[in-house]
Amino acid sequence: MNIHEYQAKEIMKKYNISVPKNKVVFTVEDAVQAASDLGSSIIAVKAQIHAGGRGKAGGVKITRSLEETKIAVEKILDTTLITQQTGPQGKIVNKLLIEEGLKIKKEYYLSCIVDSTISSIVIIGSGEGGMDIEEVAEKAPYKVFKEIVDPAVGLQQYQARRLAFNIGMTEACLDDTVELILNVYRLFVEKDCSIVEINPLIITEEQKVVALDAKISFDANSLYRHQDILEYRDLSEEDPREIQASKYDLSYISLAGNIGCMVNGAGLAMATMDMIDYFGGKPANFLDVGGGATSKKVKEAFKILIADKKVAGIFVNIFGGIMKCDVIAIGILEAIKLLDLNIPLVVRLEGTNVELGKKIFESSSLDVIVANSMEEGARKIVALVNGKGGVTK
Amino acid sequence: MSILVDKNTKVIVQGITGTTGLFHTKQAMEYGTNIVSGVTPKKGGTKVEGITVFNTVEEAVKETGGNTSVIYVPPSFAADAIMEATDAGVELVICITEGIPINDMIKVKAFMKDKKTRLIGPNCPGVITPGECKIGIMPGYIHKKGHVGVVSRSGTLTYEAVHQLSTRGIGQSTAVGIGGDPINGTSFIDVLEEFNEDAETYAVMMIGEIGGTAEEEAAEWIKKNMIKPVVAFIGGKTAPPSKRMGHAGAVISNGKGKASSKIKTLEKNGIKVAPTPNVMGETLITALKEKKILERCMVD
Repeated sequence: MNIHEYQAKEIMKKYNISVPKNKVVFTVEDAVQAASDLGSSIIAVKAQIHAGGRGKAGGVKITRSLEETKIAVEKILDTTLITQQTGPQGKIVNKLLIEEGLKIKKEYYLSCIVDSTISSIVIIGSGEGGMDIEEVAEKAPYKVFKEIVDPAVGLQQYQARRLAFNIGMTEACLDDTVELILNVYRLFVEKDCSIVEINPLIITEEQKVVALDAKISFDANSLYRHQDILEYRDLSEEDPREIQASKYDLSYISLAGNIGCMVNGAGLAMATMDMIDYFGGKPANFLDVGGGATSKKVKEAFKILIADKKVAGIFVNIFGGIMKCDVIAIGILEAIKLLDLNIPLVVRLEGTNVELGKKIFESSSLDVIVANSMEEGARKIVALVNGKGGVTK
Repeated sequence: MSILVDKNTKVIVQGITGTTGLFHTKQAMEYGTNIVSGVTPKKGGTKVEGITVFNTVEEAVKETGGNTSVIYVPPSFAADAIMEATDAGVELVICITEGIPINDMIKVKAFMKDKKTRLIGPNCPGVITPGECKIGIMPGYIHKKGHVGVVSRSGTLTYEAVHQLSTRGIGQSTAVGIGGDPINGTSFIDVLEEFNEDAETYAVMMIGEIGGTAEEEAAEWIKKNMIKPVVAFIGGKTAPPSKRMGHAGAVISNGKGKASSKIKTLEKNGIKVAPTPNVMGETLITALKEKKILERCMVD
């Protein structure tokens, strides 16, 4: 689960990590008021969206007067920001962070993540702050330093100290940096984060160590034990269909194409998208109805699929296994009757009672095209949606 | 012969009294799996389906001699269950549970280091040696006893592959689901090593997907060590970046973990990759023909 920068900074403050004075605002008036209240000669205006690359896309402005602040706010607020990470559709900016400007002496990079290849938490630091760390790691790997945490004892002081020295932290700020690194680690573990990133971490002219930017994401599997973190969830940043799907324990991801897919199992769902693409179609979504798909789940899945107006046809690919195909077939028929489906539907079923399942479709008056294999199903739906082949029942 | 499980495997079911645990225990028993006991805390002394339930894994091992445990407990208790089974000294723990917090898995991995217990999963369909032992949630009837090893990060996609093999007359020695989580107990390489040494396995089908670097590592290992043909399929060519595709481990992050780079690495190391999932079986058959072992891999 992702949260906003201002929320990440709020959490960091609770962990004694210094952040600039700031306020989150929703209107131009409040923004100017906040800037005036901060009383700083330099004010940063930062778009709050769940995506990186805001600076390059014009979502962050440094202003030097209230007039400048106002102009910047008007320019960013309520516009659609397209960054490298938002995709071409961009994200609407409906909140801004108004923040005091600090006198930066030097910038650093600091993050805490899980390295799954070594099953450990690692702390990453660099003297190259404000840059894309992946790029630094590729071009100058000797500038990126790592500390691997032993899960039995947690991050040790000497590791934080060594990292601070390695990234070239000044002696005057060393102790504060060590404390900050230990606090970042504590936050990461206590709140079950998947990433805590401070880029840049700065030291100011006044020798203060401050998190100038902040990014925190949380491990979705751990949210059940963090009610406080769930309150940071911003549903307006998420795809409404993805939210709807998650209510019914369906795993749905919206894509750009026009062929809706309903599949059981994540691996098969991905493979089905690949098949549609291979035969010249474009999948509209990833949708895993899960191993034990009930007819209720199938119904909800259909609702979500057809709520996407791009969808011009649906391909259902179910490897029944332990689920019985006849039960699934009945569920599908009920769903399309209820929803009055009027776009082509191709169903491929395999598994227990597959013949029975197919018969149910054949004897139904509803227009369901049955495919005998994944390939046949993918070909048929692509032909139907692309208007070629004209396969009808 | 086979790997990991066979007719001598004695299985303890952790979470046997839950809906999922009980359902799949019945299915496994019907298949012929030797389920020796179950474990559910505070239900010790009771019986389900004629199987005695114990309060602890330690007791279950002591009283019934189980050497393998399968875990069907909810995600918040699963890490604890894995460690309990490890502490009780079972040789193999197969964790079906999906959704275990990653920090819990870090602890589990550290706990299991230097211990003799092997973990398969979590978030996996399980392990089956056709005709002998089925542990997990896969449909037993699609499998055929034979000589092709199957190893996969996915569930239903594995069934698809197995089904393609069985309907073409190619049986399986053992099919192993290593799971879709970023941190798991057993890697592709661990399973490939076992298949390489198993006299009854003549070839291997490996099914990977986007995310991480496990397939790339396996590709290099295969080139150096594998004496048997391996063919692969990688799911997720059309997956968008930064989105988790169902499995916690299936995500392209910062341009890494793409299907295209995995396929490239596999092919560079001499491994045939099925271009689409519908030809996984055919791709293997082509490889078997080239090695002139197709006949030996056909059953019935």
